[in-house]
Amino acid sequence: MSAQPNRLAAGGQVERGRPLAFTFNGRRYQGLAGDSLASALLANDVHLVGRSFKYHRPRGILSAGAEEPTGLVQLGEGGRTEPNLRTTQIELYDGLVATSQNCWPGVQLDLGALNNLASPLLPAGFYYKTFMWPPAFWQPVYERLIRRAAGLGRAPVLPDPDRYEHRHAHCDVLVVGGGPAGLMAGLAAARSGARVILADEQPALGGALLAEPAAHPGQAWRQEVLAELAGFEDTRLLPRTTAFAYYDHNYLCLVERVTDHLGPAAPPQLPRQRLWKVRARQVVLATGAIERPLAFAQNDRPGIMLAGAVRRYLHGYGVRPGRRAVVFTNNDSAYATALDLAEAGAEVTVVDLRPQAEGALPAAAAQAGIACRAGHGIVATEGGQRVKAVICARLSADGTRIEGARERIPADLVCVSGGWNPTIHLHSQSRGRPVYDPERGCFLPGLPVQAERSAGACAGEFGLAACLAAGAAAGAAAAEAAGFRASPPDWPAELASPAEAPARLLWQLPAAKPEARAKQFVDLQNDVTAADIRLALREGYASIEHVKRYTTTGMGTDQGKTSNVVALGIVAELTGQPIGELGVTTFRPPYTPVPFGAIVGRNCGPLFEPVRRTPMDAWHEAAGAVFEAVGQWRRPWYYPRPGESMATAVAREVTATRAAIGLLDASTLGKIDLQGPDTAEFLNRIYSNGWSKLEVGRCRYGLMLGEDGMVFDDGVTARLGEQHFLMSTTSGGAARVLAWLEEWLQTEWPELKVYCTSVTEQWATLSLSGPRTRELVALLAPEFDLDPQHFPHMSVREGTIDGVPARLFRISFTGELGYEIQVPARYGLALWARCMALGEPFGLTPFGTEAMHVLRAEKGYIIVGQETDGTTTPGDLGLDRLVGRKKPDFLGKRSLARADMGRADRKQLVGLLPRASEDLLEEGAQLVADPNQTPPMAMIGHVTSSYRSPSLGRSFALAMVQGGRARLGETLFVPMPDRMVAVTVTEPVFVDPEGERLHG
Amino acid sequence: MPFALLKHALRRPPAAEAYWPQPGELGQSYDVVIIGAGGHGLAAAYYLAREHGIKRVAVLDKGYLGGGNTGRNTTIIRANYLTPEGVAFYKESVELFRTLSAELDLNLMYSERGHLTLAHTDAAVRTARWRAEVNQHLGVDSSLVDPDEIARICPQLNLSRAVRYPILGALYHPPGAIARHDAVAWGYARAAARLGVELHPQTEVTGLVIERGRVSAVETSRGRIQAGKVLQAVAGSSSLVAGMAGLKLPIRTVPLQACVSQPLKPFLDTIIVSGSLHVYVSQSARGELVMGGSTDPYPLYATRSSLEFKEGLMGPMLELFPFLAEVKVLRQWAGMADMTPDFSPVMGLTPIENYFIDAGWGTWGFKATPVSGKRMAECVATGRQPALLEPFALERFERVELVGEKGAASVGH
Repeated sequence: MSAQPNRLAAGGQVERGRPLAFTFNGRRYQGLAGDSLASALLANDVHLVGRSFKYHRPRGILSAGAEEPTGLVQLGEGGRTEPNLRTTQIELYDGLVATSQNCWPGVQLDLGALNNLASPLLPAGFYYKTFMWPPAFWQPVYERLIRRAAGLGRAPVLPDPDRYEHRHAHCDVLVVGGGPAGLMAGLAAARSGARVILADEQPALGGALLAEPAAHPGQAWRQEVLAELAGFEDTRLLPRTTAFAYYDHNYLCLVERVTDHLGPAAPPQLPRQRLWKVRARQVVLATGAIERPLAFAQNDRPGIMLAGAVRRYLHGYGVRPGRRAVVFTNNDSAYATALDLAEAGAEVTVVDLRPQAEGALPAAAAQAGIACRAGHGIVATEGGQRVKAVICARLSADGTRIEGARERIPADLVCVSGGWNPTIHLHSQSRGRPVYDPERGCFLPGLPVQAERSAGACAGEFGLAACLAAGAAAGAAAAEAAGFRASPPDWPAELASPAEAPARLLWQLPAAKPEARAKQFVDLQNDVTAADIRLALREGYASIEHVKRYTTTGMGTDQGKTSNVVALGIVAELTGQPIGELGVTTFRPPYTPVPFGAIVGRNCGPLFEPVRRTPMDAWHEAAGAVFEAVGQWRRPWYYPRPGESMATAVAREVTATRAAIGLLDASTLGKIDLQGPDTAEFLNRIYSNGWSKLEVGRCRYGLMLGEDGMVFDDGVTARLGEQHFLMSTTSGGAARVLAWLEEWLQTEWPELKVYCTSVTEQWATLSLSGPRTRELVALLAPEFDLDPQHFPHMSVREGTIDGVPARLFRISFTGELGYEIQVPARYGLALWARCMALGEPFGLTPFGTEAMHVLRAEKGYIIVGQETDGTTTPGDLGLDRLVGRKKPDFLGKRSLARADMGRADRKQLVGLLPRASEDLLEEGAQLVADPNQTPPMAMIGHVTSSYRSPSLGRSFALAMVQGGRARLGETLFVPMPDRMVAVTVTEPVFVDPEGERLHG
Repeated sequence: MPFALLKHALRRPPAAEAYWPQPGELGQSYDVVIIGAGGHGLAAAYYLAREHGIKRVAVLDKGYLGGGNTGRNTTIIRANYLTPEGVAFYKESVELFRTLSAELDLNLMYSERGHLTLAHTDAAVRTARWRAEVNQHLGVDSSLVDPDEIARICPQLNLSRAVRYPILGALYHPPGAIARHDAVAWGYARAAARLGVELHPQTEVTGLVIERGRVSAVETSRGRIQAGKVLQAVAGSSSLVAGMAGLKLPIRTVPLQACVSQPLKPFLDTIIVSGSLHVYVSQSARGELVMGGSTDPYPLYATRSSLEFKEGLMGPMLELFPFLAEVKVLRQWAGMADMTPDFSPVMGLTPIENYFIDAGWGTWGFKATPVSGKRMAECVATGRQPALLEPFALERFERVELVGEKGAASVGH
């Protein structure tokens, strides 16, 4: 373990007494509690952190925050590892292990850097123009190479054992950003009594004050404000929390890093991260500003950093990232860095693009004896894996050419400032349209679209006093808008920063070398240079979106936080358009990348989707049922007895039902309770068949059609009272049907008084079928009069069974005499058990969904979604009798009225009998008329259902066949991989076509 | 060998010549005006000029070239549809895509990765088998595979039986591919421009002048132009533009969102789709996981993003790939999907004699870019509906001859 050569003897918010050990690229280092991984690496004089995307050029740490494009690492090792993390935002913990990405064999010697030698051949869009010849080489050779070079970090391999949580919150004022403006806004709102949430992505609140020295009067003020805020009951401070998305209706999403900073020492009861879903009455955005780099030649070497970030390392972490510094700036703010570096013992030279540096800070720097090259620019740099020197020269008055001699200044640190970009991402996400302010040389938030206001640096106020004033006003105004009486708090008069002279915006800088070798990087991660942007424009990519997509600038993990505006500036200069007219590309969520795990929260693994169980589930389980998933439900598929295969079990269940009685748990079928004076009229419109004449106590099978006339759902609906119906739907379609009913009621027919309630979960349904059913029901429900004269097929009666309210339906989905009993869900299991006991002498057999499918198919009953596919009409299914053509209207009527709806060559439902009775067709198999074709074959239909029928003693199938009903008796063919199966087209009803069993 | 390869690879030194000329003045009249400079409109322009010699063509767009759904889709190309009509159509598209880089002299990064449509239920297995059968009968490489085979094709998938919806099988389509979507638009734009087609981005169509059942002129934000024939190819705005022509389309427009992860070293070679879980994913040439799911639940003309979408997508992602919890979403966006009742596009003639339509592209537009361009060009040039497009004619809704592709839409929207 080495000493920390760049750690200052004092200063910073790090804990000097708590050293932490960490490993980077296999080497052990020491940092301090309170360090970020970036500050710890810089303390150890490690600048080389990774390699760039395309050229594999050495890359160091540029910033101290979320905008970091290059200081990225892979955290952790083995299967549990996290890629592309910003060293600037990783808080150091003991035992942290990190490695460089996108390099092989290592970051120091990286063979991928050969790309750099070929870089003149690899400008923007090069791969669109190359790797094409010979075409046969593209996929096996070139693409393989390109793919191997893709990506930055590695995906983990092992499942993540961590837990993520979601939390919903409401507040009156959400303040995003805990810098001077944000703290002030939070204070103003909190004092008014408003419920306040204040979130900041950093571990400590303070924002820009964290980059100020300990003696700065702002530090004491910050502590006072934090103490006061902590005292408000309704104010919640969320450090380590990034507001990453601003959605409609003031809905913001925040991700809180709860234990990331603790590493393996994290208490197991805490989630790793928490996703906050905040609905805020008012939002104050105090998100600060991000410093802009300058696109000078060879500006990418490790050791070249943003000037503001260097101050943060000095004062926040007590780290001086270099000893011989050159500060390269176009504005006053970087002089503070120069002064602080000099104070910390570094040798400093300032290179200022402006011909004169006149502000208070430059004056102070001059007084401190810091050399300044005004009107100069850096035109080249030297160094391999660390900057060694810069070459600077005087520029022409218009800034386009080098004039005069070049001067070499040795440097191991270059601090760059090209001005500041307000962080307008969330404003833009909220659908605000940023506007360019030529005076300040940056984009500012436009008019708010949602209940939101921007304050401080993110609104272009860069002075401390101005930020405090703006924050105070915004916080008070937000609280007022949320219904509170508020006034802007005061602040100590000494909290001010020196006035600054204007910056000089030069987007393109002259270089000492020709364009191709100058390498003026705009996007440091994706290796996009100013020359690439010029090339894109020469090639006709005039739109800023095209420039972005063609060069990939701003498309890296940093989403262009430091590069987008520079790219825009260059495009503006080259095209002669004002920068404000180019438009910014839309900022899209998330602000910084968010883990899949945080988005999912607890809704994964066993909690991915709830399993819906019927009240009788425990009985099925105990009976050894095999289950199948039907939507979210689990239903008994079949009940194998010891030694039985699925086929034998299903055959036994079918036979028992046809011969005696079968019992099916039908609780999963959707049940919608419909009440209101207009319910019959509503059903008349929703179903294709007629409902107004349905008597109380009777049931009817109904087909529901889409507006296109195609079958959408089906089921039996019963009339329980004059204004009271109970609709049943398919198990999978219940939610869809309810939404459909509500959509029509709410948007098209608001005049109808009908109330729909889902009661699927409230009732358990036992479905009994078979010739002896009536005998059993008589025992089970003696209160009901089962005389077929009084209680015919398709009827419903209400009464009690064993003192429990019950509904008894005489309906059937098997073709046998059938009764369905519904009781309140909590009695379902008891009734089922009693039914099984009473039914034993009759040979009562429980059957599952597979036997149910066989039984219904033998009878030619369809299943919506199996026989139908969204293009099937009632007529196609032979259900024309269910179309109430005399009704004034119903959904789908207009479509059905078209002449073509009745064309004879539509696909129609038929039965199929394979020539060989043991041949079982595959569901989904295609039918052809001519077996002697070769592909492409003309297909005239397909098999929708196919089973072995115990009742028929052979296989059979249902199919949809073109002009099928005219083909009865014809032979068609089903091509199988190994043979051709001949089938005979039949009526689709195989059992009891006369319906004698049903009505018995 | 490596050197020779490199020489071949870089055979054509990157030229700095413009892909297309700077947009000039809008002309007075054109033989064909194409509304919409996305992939479809640009492809149609290219084939009109190249195959039919019609070069007085202007392609108009309210935004920039390829800025609509062409630049917002998830770039999957496949032919494993459900209906014979759909399979035949997309099969031709895949065949055109395969040689398109050479034809357009631009590397579209067309990459055959294999395409797995996972089935988690019996019903989904049935649909997969149905599709496999139809595909095979039409000569498309597609088959039903079992979990063992899935494990061989994509070992990263979680094939455990102990999950909420275990994978029971899949439809495997080896020719399934991805490509660089922007490049497809750029390639067609460049090739069309070289043949004399005029490209006019930032030129919004504001009205159509229709006289006696014919379009005579197109009103734009830059003035009126006379048009011999007009083709609309404006996925996401189809109903609005058709409305200017007085046409009512059976289309509802809903947002479709997508997102990408941070770039990762490639580990997922196959394109994975799960209709039951509502998710599809592939890994791009940049290493990003490109992910999509269901369309938004209600009609809307807005390309905003929502958290609900991400939640609905990431849950299934972690079911399929439980090791990705620490991987991060980088960017989320939305496009507009013109959904038709049968999940198939609308192409060809309209009741207006010289007005042609290329619409209803729902979530399946990018993969049809070459074939739709080629066949729509044929349609516009000849004034007749090409045989391949016959099933997709607008009047099929009159004839009720729907081409039901819901079962093969990438996600059962």
